[in-house]
Amino acid sequence: MTRKQRRLTMIFAAMAVLGSASGLALFALRGNIELFLTPSELAKDHVLPGTHLRIGGLVEKGSVKREPGNRISFAVTDNKSDVKITFVGLLPDLFREGQGIIADGVLKTPDVFVADQVLAKHDERYVPKNVEEDLKKQGLWRDQAAMN
Amino acid sequence: MIIEAGHFALVLALVLAVAQTIVPLVGTLGADRQLAETAPSIAISQFIFVALAYGALTYAHVVSDFSVQNVYENSYSKMPLIYKITGVWGNHEGSMLLWVLILATFGAAVAAFSRHLPRDLRANVIAMQGLLGTAFLLFILLTSNPFLRLYPAPAQGMELNPILQDYGLAIHPPLLYLGYVGFSVTFAFAAAALISGRIDPAWARFVRPWTLIAWIFLTLGIAMGSYWAYYSLGWGGFWFWDPVENASLMPWLAGTALLHSVSVMEKRDALKVWTIFLAVLTFSLSLLGTFLVRSGVLTSVHAFAVDPRRGVFILAILIFFIGGSLALFAWRASTLKPGGIFAPVSREGGLVLNNLLLTAACATVVIGTLYPLALQALTGEKITVGPPFFDITIAPFALVLVLAMPFGPLLAWKRGDLFGVAQRLMVAAVLGLVAALLFAAAKGGPVMAPVGAGLAVWLIVGSMVDLYGRSIQRSSGFGAALSRLRGLPRSVWGSNLAHLGFGITLLGLAATGWGVERVINMKPATSYALGPWQISFDHVRKRTAPNYEETYTVMTIGDGGGPVAVVQPSKRYFPARQIDKTEAGIKTLGLGQVYISIANEKPDGSLDARLYWKPLVSLIWLGALLMGFAGALSLSDLRLRIGFARRALPKALKAAE
Repeated sequence: MTRKQRRLTMIFAAMAVLGSASGLALFALRGNIELFLTPSELAKDHVLPGTHLRIGGLVEKGSVKREPGNRISFAVTDNKSDVKITFVGLLPDLFREGQGIIADGVLKTPDVFVADQVLAKHDERYVPKNVEEDLKKQGLWRDQAAMN
Repeated sequence: MIIEAGHFALVLALVLAVAQTIVPLVGTLGADRQLAETAPSIAISQFIFVALAYGALTYAHVVSDFSVQNVYENSYSKMPLIYKITGVWGNHEGSMLLWVLILATFGAAVAAFSRHLPRDLRANVIAMQGLLGTAFLLFILLTSNPFLRLYPAPAQGMELNPILQDYGLAIHPPLLYLGYVGFSVTFAFAAAALISGRIDPAWARFVRPWTLIAWIFLTLGIAMGSYWAYYSLGWGGFWFWDPVENASLMPWLAGTALLHSVSVMEKRDALKVWTIFLAVLTFSLSLLGTFLVRSGVLTSVHAFAVDPRRGVFILAILIFFIGGSLALFAWRASTLKPGGIFAPVSREGGLVLNNLLLTAACATVVIGTLYPLALQALTGEKITVGPPFFDITIAPFALVLVLAMPFGPLLAWKRGDLFGVAQRLMVAAVLGLVAALLFAAAKGGPVMAPVGAGLAVWLIVGSMVDLYGRSIQRSSGFGAALSRLRGLPRSVWGSNLAHLGFGITLLGLAATGWGVERVINMKPATSYALGPWQISFDHVRKRTAPNYEETYTVMTIGDGGGPVAVVQPSKRYFPARQIDKTEAGIKTLGLGQVYISIANEKPDGSLDARLYWKPLVSLIWLGALLMGFAGALSLSDLRLRIGFARRALPKALKAAE
């Protein structure tokens, strides 16, 4: 095999692998992207029920209710709109009223979101980034460093 | 006073880092030998001053000096000493200081163990380390100074985040950083070689041990991080495809590719351009990871709350080093002459395939991690790329990789005999197939579970074929085989055991498909079935520690015949931060684990709990440990030892006389 043939084989192999990599990546991206919305974006965007998405916001004060069968319901708010979320299972340690969380799940009806997973940040001072931006826009954001 | 001294030491370290960059470069470019030879001593003194600064911060944490803002925000006088010490890096500023300390340590290590290097290469490598040190010391001093004072000093600190109060914090970040930053050495070697324009197999021989060191630490660091997340988060998951986890996986994939391509370059003088490129790429990905974690651009479940202004600074560092090294690469790459010729079916060909698959896998992880960021920057739309994306894109590459892995070490250099190797691997293929069928028949589960387990058996057995073939020969006894096995080069052991370790990890991953998960409301003195076990909830008790109160439950695991073990899953309440933390109750039974985490007790005495039976789960981390051990074995191989070429030569000459 000559040097040229060898190089061609190599280039061909590289193209094949890289081509399949990008094909796979594009294919997977189409099916596996989740929108990340705040409650007011959800209210505005008319998301179809059945859509898989993530909602980020603060757990509204006084909204956490335990229902029969391990079901927990609570509202997530960005101080403009709120969404009712129901969840079956164990909530993360940092979950509490006023805490920033992300709920991952499916919108069942236009105003009830069924979460399969509720994430709270490791850091209890954490507020989902998008919520922080919105709160800042509304002038409701209190800088933690200033509070300390 | 000690704090100010620490701050001052850090400023001095910066000055030394600047000198470490400029003086050796001027020396080599101007052919001034004396200037160039100052490089090692400057690097070592830079390390000493960074270490002094680090020591000062640790001192402040240990004595709970709350007049230091960093200590006030992240420490608490009643915390156990170990968490006061590890708390130094349990926050943004301190962890960046640890980063720089490790960078300086590698710089000093290169300076100390490089006497046999060509003079200008040595000086340039140390200068590149100095340049990295300069950038990151500037970053700390300008945006993340851990030595800021508070006045008046608060009486008590805000305590280290309870989630970080764990032995995991003592082990995982230092290991991970040793891996991340360890690749700075290969980067410095690549940049230095590009500057001097001399790239040959000797260069690869110098680089290989450093690549191996970084790879070992990164492998162990990722594995320990994953185990820590597994036992402390209470969800029983060990890998979430979180961007911060991906940040450590990307350099690992590229670094693993580098480890393999360096050996081709060393043995066969081939793949030079590619190897240099990988060396640059691997550390660039480490920098990218640092940027992702430390800049606050991510909506991630990990990461400390950070100031986004720091992001711009790290981004500038990132662009400078990646752009600079790629420009250097573009300038020099055309002058490199391709070396040794090989057929597509050969050891080299196998390693090229390995490199292609690993870099392609790495590219998809990069896309999945950066795509949401790019989309948000360009269109403002916020999306998340979830685990299914990574599962779909990584699985095919992993599949081909695992199928090909046993072939690699069996193929000869230059021109291999694919048919012959396939014949030797027949045993592995048959056993893998039988294992997959048996697992499918006995355990069922999702299709990936038996397929994965079969592949794992193929890889484990396949990795032993080489060792077997090298030790057992016709008409020789067991003793001879054993002594031959002992006489094998340690790097042969290393590469085969590393592959075997990967197979063991794969088996653990496949077995997750046979796990059992139950979320139930448990009542006292009642028994619940969990896979092969009976879990009975005995009672709830309380106890206190200096900085938390703990409510724990006692649960007995039985196998039908009687009690086997007791676990105590608990909830801890930390008054200083008013935080609850779940401590899962974990019991290793055989190679599997029973994993129980609980929620708060209800008024009627029952409690919600999440119960898992995870068969073979410990193999995931045991395999990674074996990979790390295999790396260490390879590192200890005499032929690879850093100073060997220099020492062995005179001996060989003497023998000839």
